[in-house]
Amino acid sequence: MEHVAQHSDPHYDQEASKLGMWLFIFTELLLFGGLFIVYAIYRFLNPEAFQMAGHELNITIGAINTIILLVSSMTIAMSTSALQKKNKGLTVLLLEITIMLALIFLINKYFEWGVKFDHGIWPGSEHLLNDMGHGEVLFFGLYFVMTGLHALHIVIGMIIIIVALNKVQKGTVHADRPSLLENAGLYWHLVDLIWIFLFPLFYLIH
Amino acid sequence: MENEKHHIVPYKVYIYILVALIAMTFMSIGITKINLGEYSVLGAMIFATLKSILVLSWFMHLKFDQPFLRIMVGFVALLFFAVIFITFLDYYFR
Repeated sequence: MEHVAQHSDPHYDQEASKLGMWLFIFTELLLFGGLFIVYAIYRFLNPEAFQMAGHELNITIGAINTIILLVSSMTIAMSTSALQKKNKGLTVLLLEITIMLALIFLINKYFEWGVKFDHGIWPGSEHLLNDMGHGEVLFFGLYFVMTGLHALHIVIGMIIIIVALNKVQKGTVHADRPSLLENAGLYWHLVDLIWIFLFPLFYLIH
Repeated sequence: MENEKHHIVPYKVYIYILVALIAMTFMSIGITKINLGEYSVLGAMIFATLKSILVLSWFMHLKFDQPFLRIMVGFVALLFFAVIFITFLDYYFR
């Protein structure tokens, strides 16, 4: 009887799910990798302009956002441990904390971009095009595109985590079928990984 | 597969990793405050690379996964550095 019940389960392969997620992560790494190469070349060609423009960015907000993302990465990593230990309540709590931290990151980003807009700096703004040099235009263009694309990944990551959270609550994601939560975690760590490089390259130019 | 016990990372290990990551964040801010000229970028990048190794191996669990995943990640990193290297050969010697 048990034997029959086991074989009626839909096919589930944890290693294959993980491999698939990693293959997707590779495409993401190369997408951002390409942008980092564009950044490296333009910085190499306009070193002074990049340095000047970098001073416009607020290291404190950048550092706070870095720490927020690092902590959120830890909480989602812990949630997979909690799931494996069959502690559903803690898993849910840790995922909720992760989502809150992601939201705080986005709120900080909103204010940060808001300050730039107040200073008349946005892609194609008159202040940028008329009063600043070619190098500054490139720096801020890359800044908005790369942090914007990263913020989009934060939003997508939040949606994935919310889906995983619902399935943990419903019980379809559990210790024996953790792939969705693990893959949500991998995606979230990817977002963290990209920020680890964005932060020094844009905020720490001196 | 079934007798292969899934590795559960203790919570406190994740806390240690987080502390190391935050410490390295402050170190990278510190190193760029000191005027090292060209080397401050290098210093910040070294810290970022160390941080990403910690995230990849512990948070992303590569340390406990099958070796072929690590090899693939290494290959992607190698590909990325090769493209950077070749691109800079072009721009540097123009």
